Amino acid sequence: MPGGKYNMEFLVATAVGVLTAAGLYLVLRLRTFPVIMGTSLLTYAVNVFLFASGQLTIGAPPILQEGVETYTDPLPQALVLTAIVISFGMTAVVVMIALGAYLGSDDDHVDDRAGDDTPQPQAQGDQA
Amino acid sequence: MSHWIILPIVLPAFLAPFIVLAARHHIGIQRVVSVAGALALITIAAGLAWQASDGTITLYQLSDWAAPFGIVLVADRLSTLMVLLTSMLSFFVLLYAIGSGWDERGRHFHALYQFQLMGLMGAFLTGDLFNLFVFFEVLLIASYGLMIHAGGNVRLRAGVQYVLFNLLGSTLFLFALGSIYAETGTLNMADLAQRAQMIGADATAGIRIAAVLLLLVFAIKAAVVPLHFWLPSSYAEAPGPVAALFAIMTKVGAYAIIRVYIIVFPPDLTVTANLHGTVLLPAALVSLAIGMIGVLAARKLDRLVAFSVIGSMGMVMVTIALFSQAGIAAALYYIVHSTLAAGALFLIADLVRAGRADLELRAQPPVAGAALTAAAFFAAAIAMVGLPPLSGFVGKLLILDAAYGTEHVVWVWAVVLIVSLISLVGFSRAGSVLFWKAESIPHPEGTEPAPRPAGLSYVAVGGLLGLMVLHTVFAGQIYAYMDRTAAQLFAPGPYISKVIDTPGKLTRPAPEKAGAADKAHAEGDAAAKEEH
Repeated sequence: MPGGKYNMEFLVATAVGVLTAAGLYLVLRLRTFPVIMGTSLLTYAVNVFLFASGQLTIGAPPILQEGVETYTDPLPQALVLTAIVISFGMTAVVVMIALGAYLGSDDDHVDDRAGDDTPQPQAQGDQA
Repeated sequence: MSHWIILPIVLPAFLAPFIVLAARHHIGIQRVVSVAGALALITIAAGLAWQASDGTITLYQLSDWAAPFGIVLVADRLSTLMVLLTSMLSFFVLLYAIGSGWDERGRHFHALYQFQLMGLMGAFLTGDLFNLFVFFEVLLIASYGLMIHAGGNVRLRAGVQYVLFNLLGSTLFLFALGSIYAETGTLNMADLAQRAQMIGADATAGIRIAAVLLLLVFAIKAAVVPLHFWLPSSYAEAPGPVAALFAIMTKVGAYAIIRVYIIVFPPDLTVTANLHGTVLLPAALVSLAIGMIGVLAARKLDRLVAFSVIGSMGMVMVTIALFSQAGIAAALYYIVHSTLAAGALFLIADLVRAGRADLELRAQPPVAGAALTAAAFFAAAIAMVGLPPLSGFVGKLLILDAAYGTEHVVWVWAVVLIVSLISLVGFSRAGSVLFWKAESIPHPEGTEPAPRPAGLSYVAVGGLLGLMVLHTVFAGQIYAYMDRTAAQLFAPGPYISKVIDTPGKLTRPAPEKAGAADKAHAEGDAAAKEEH
């Protein structure tokens, strides 16, 4: 069934592309919530991409056994599992830290605002 | 099979949960366990380095699975050198964290510190690219916790930037790994080195993209311009001892570039020829310039030190980008120097902060213990700028010497020498404003000057400076060793055959089948053999 395989390749490639594009767009919004959504989309995209890196095979087991002629590469599946766990944990961490930062400063901008780095005239200056 | 090589990873991995579970409420026990662990780590690392010093390559197959099917740890001269450097730095930084009381200002400092060490050691020892990704994540997730240790709004905000930037970096890393796996069917570095040689000249698009993606990832870690934006605010806002430990984190990126782009995609490999060298050298020169100009432009001491880290990473990358044996040897010498100098400077910045309201570079009343702090700053700044007599000068000479006779000599010499002057001005300005002008400003009435920092803090700073002195005094022997390390990297034959040919479970079948480079076939065969 060669047609099915090409259709699937097209679908998977499109999915990776759309997810990546949407993720990048959201990351460039530079507010905490869209950025975290964007990184989540990017991790979905990379998971699908990793999954496809061992070539797409339809209807074949990822197990090597006697008598099995066609099989799909099991290694990318193991890689994807690791990547999913790690990205899940990282997303949880970044949500907590971002929440703390937002609640503390009442500002959800990810980037430094202009003038953040300049020394502010404050009490110590007067003592000098 | 010797199990010593996995100990630098396993030991912190056991100490960290022990600290969390058993000693959660006892800072004293935490400190004792943590320091004992750091000392044990130095001993193990020294043993491993001694073992590798005669050129032996030690292989550890996890669960006895043969490469490339199982994960392997490999200890050669380069890995053990980095492990030893990390253990030394971590010991003194730990002493500082205890002496200054930073470890008490939040929870789980020592546990996170051990996890951070575990990730660092693993990243240096692994022989598998995906495993390298996993250890990157281990060290990153620990560093997120350490970075926002003791809290505070400014630090949390900088932490968000740091975490998000690294999340994007990790995603890019996975894309790079996926592309490499799709092109070659393996992620084991030694196996990859063999397969990269087999790629035909007409099918290089995929592997070239993968190589560049991977280079981008490591460049993010190494803070090479234009991927350095995460570094200044996160290093400046992180607690002092944490920033000092992070001095080794940028070196992880440099280490990964050396490892991958000399063993896996060596400079003479035709499919990736003229790829990373042409990109890396200009970027490295620009980061060297931007870092040192940042030193001159910084208005706060912690930012100044952070920019000097970017500058010194630029110096390291310039030398790596020459991709010659002399260049790598000089880069390794400079990596050790720059780690110690940056660590010491971050600790000194924290000493200054302890006695002042802030770290802005303007005159304020002198802090308690200013004489000793100023002396330490003077020594560390001399080292970082690269003036004689400390190791920065020797390192810079080696770098200039390595560049001499290459086609890029004019650029390298011009940039290195000009930015040295710029950074000298930057550091002199900072030192004179912080320590000399302070003497003319009286203490405001009604306020007590802050207490003198603890003696242990000075011991830690002094220890790092002392290591730098040793690095200078024994420069000849150390450089000879770095040269042998670089020679080992440029002759990867023993490394590859050690990893691939050591028998274990699922050893690759007879050579005529392996020669066909048909992974599916080889794997199927091997599995069938195992079944019988």
